[in-house]
Amino acid sequence: MSMPADGVSVRAGAAAADPSRRQFLTLALVAPAAVALGSCSRTRTAATAPVYLSSAEQSFVDAATQRLIPADALGGGANEAGITRFIDLQLAGAYGRAERWYMRGPWPTGTDQQGFQLKYTPAQIYREAIAGVEAHCRQQHGKPFAQLAPAQQDEVLHALEDGEIELAKVPAKTFFALLWQNTQEGFLADPAYGGNRDFTGWKLIGFPGPRYNYVEEIGHFGQPYKQPFVSLLGRDPDAHEPGEA
Amino acid sequence: MARRLPPVDVVLVGFGWTAAIIAQELTEAGVQVLALERGEFRDTVPDFATDTIQDELRYAVRKQIFESPERETLTFRNSAEQTALPMRHLGSFLPAAGVGGAGVHWNGQCWRFLPSDFEIRSQVEQRYGKGFIPDGMNLQDWGVTYDELEPHYDRFEYLCGVSGQAGNLGGVKQAGGNPFEGPRKRDYPLPPLQRSASTTLFDKAAREAGFDPFPCPAANASKPYRNPLGVQMGQCTYCGFCEWFGCGNYSKASPQTTLLPVLLKKDNFRFRTRCNVTRVNTDSTGRQATGVTYVDIDGNQFEQPAGMVVLCAFAQHNVHLLLLSRIGAPYDPKTGLGVVGRNYAYQITSAVDVFQKERLNPFMGAGALGQGVDNFNGENFDHGPLGFIGGGYIALWNTGGRPILQHQLPKEAPKWGSGWKQAMHDNYLTSTSIATHGSVMSYRSNYVDLDPTWRDDYGNPLLRLTFDYQPNEHKMSDYLTDQATKIAQAIPGATHHAKKREGHYSIVPYQTTHNTGGAAMGDDPRTSVVNRYLQSWDVPNLWVMGASVFPQNAGYNPTGTVGALTFWAAEAMKRYLKNPGPLVTT
Repeated sequence: MSMPADGVSVRAGAAAADPSRRQFLTLALVAPAAVALGSCSRTRTAATAPVYLSSAEQSFVDAATQRLIPADALGGGANEAGITRFIDLQLAGAYGRAERWYMRGPWPTGTDQQGFQLKYTPAQIYREAIAGVEAHCRQQHGKPFAQLAPAQQDEVLHALEDGEIELAKVPAKTFFALLWQNTQEGFLADPAYGGNRDFTGWKLIGFPGPRYNYVEEIGHFGQPYKQPFVSLLGRDPDAHEPGEA
Repeated sequence: MARRLPPVDVVLVGFGWTAAIIAQELTEAGVQVLALERGEFRDTVPDFATDTIQDELRYAVRKQIFESPERETLTFRNSAEQTALPMRHLGSFLPAAGVGGAGVHWNGQCWRFLPSDFEIRSQVEQRYGKGFIPDGMNLQDWGVTYDELEPHYDRFEYLCGVSGQAGNLGGVKQAGGNPFEGPRKRDYPLPPLQRSASTTLFDKAAREAGFDPFPCPAANASKPYRNPLGVQMGQCTYCGFCEWFGCGNYSKASPQTTLLPVLLKKDNFRFRTRCNVTRVNTDSTGRQATGVTYVDIDGNQFEQPAGMVVLCAFAQHNVHLLLLSRIGAPYDPKTGLGVVGRNYAYQITSAVDVFQKERLNPFMGAGALGQGVDNFNGENFDHGPLGFIGGGYIALWNTGGRPILQHQLPKEAPKWGSGWKQAMHDNYLTSTSIATHGSVMSYRSNYVDLDPTWRDDYGNPLLRLTFDYQPNEHKMSDYLTDQATKIAQAIPGATHHAKKREGHYSIVPYQTTHNTGGAAMGDDPRTSVVNRYLQSWDVPNLWVMGASVFPQNAGYNPTGTVGALTFWAAEAMKRYLKNPGPLVTT
């Protein structure tokens, strides 16, 4: 299957012409690995290095997503499923840069029914929000989020979810919703994108993957489907480089 | 400065379902046709191949297959008192870009509207009296009847290879079909799709609740099928990646799987992609279209002269183009005068999630694999004591079990953490959801016009949508949800969670891509943009296709009716081309 190359250079012309794009283009360019992602293949060791997130941001995402989806008796959690890697790749790509979104001003605040009206891309929301959450944790607990006890981490996450922490530039609720959405995506998307490692998410629920033909099985009411889990990249997706949606 | 191109007989704006049908019909009549498509060329191979397309993240979540709001979007508000703001990313509805249009990513839920839907104002007045119609509701007859459209429904169903079970053949009720459907001259081209565990549960429960379930009509081929043009389709494999995806198996009807193999071979048909039409041009009288202006992907402007122009873009894009081109009087909500942008409508949906013990394997499904109930649609029931106009169907659609977006959790399940994991583990394979799909009437306060502030990539004002659900629609939808709940209650050992549609319309959560109106058809130029043949009242060589011509929306998915209306209009166009002029005089 083909994964599109990371489009940073393709977008450069448009970004230069449109000041609203310049800001997030810069963000993408400061992470050199993001530029390299689509242009050459790398070894598996290199693939685990962050492409957009700083190592401090990566520590936050590791810790926060592991509380959102913990490892427990039912199986692996966010860290086992590679969700930080998934989120990092998503933020480094077209999604992180909001390439398909309408990002022209002006930027008044709207009603809930009018939806997203922030001038920040998903990548920028993570950067701004994580800085805000870490500042909150240091002020309240004297430690970064990753070093808090699990119960304290849950408290912070609940406070974000309920909008009870004031972040400087983005609403806490917006960031929490985005983090939780991306965490679920990383747990349940095809392993081709770097998450759902070892089919952790699909094994939990019993989704077999993109199987092609159920003409026989659809009539076998109540029977388990017994074929092995499969990805768009086959039965061993971890042998491949993850791509960008 | 636009470069002027050599003229063509007919230019089509857009290259989805309606354009492909018009092109096929008019080229058969010997006319030279050009389609201009803003998106890319796409075909089953390689774009929808099964090793590529079965990707929930890329297509359903990141929405790679739909139009990109980055270049053009609309602004939205609930009422004229608010300031409309841009829809910055897709949500409530998902228009397409690219060859095949939304015909690539639809479910294939291919209904006929009820005879009463086309004559709704006459029927409501006759049955309940004029006073039954709420103030501010623009209820209108369509100017065309079910009987007139029946042969054209038939053509579309046989083109697509629709799988279904007739309920009314020539006025004789057929066991197992929809007892409420209008009379059809012959059966569906293919038998119904196989039933799944969940649609079987629904069927039994709906019978116990006293309703009349039937297999929903599906443009997903239940068997291999060769259509009247000789195009071969393959049997649906129930892969569960159907709506919001292209079909890799030639099983879901689309322009690509039914028409293009024939159309693209014709000498008198051409199409250009990445060409965005920005104006319909008219002569100095304003009564004759001279062609269109379009911008290509590099920003070059072209003028394409044509003897006839047909708008075949998505509903609101047709209306946007009429407004930008200053064709027809724009609707003014203050005076109620004007027609372009009037009659915008949508659909109102709700769901009843069902949690039970039997393994359902939801991932085995098809976009239009469903069992439905039509007891509460259109005029199939007495609205008198209920006090609302309209209705809808209730169905269990087993479209797939894609893990990110297609799972149900009980209301009390934790939103994240180990409790969420447990709930996902416990419910994914055994839960399902019953949908209601209801009509939305047109109102004086719901309309589209041009936005004063925000502009698209071409410097044109964005379309502005002013829309909210009205009390009539909430009342109707709540009633439908209560009926669906009765079905859920009849499923053995099940608990359920009824999710009524509450409050104001929101552009955020996906509901349905059944946006309608803005260029209504009808018998009266004071309340319609096109006549009953979809020909512009103002510019007789301009025609408008698609759901933009619906005067209000019925309780069904629109594509079957869009297809029938397109064949109906194509017949009229052939008469027009022999003897140009208005087909209806006022």
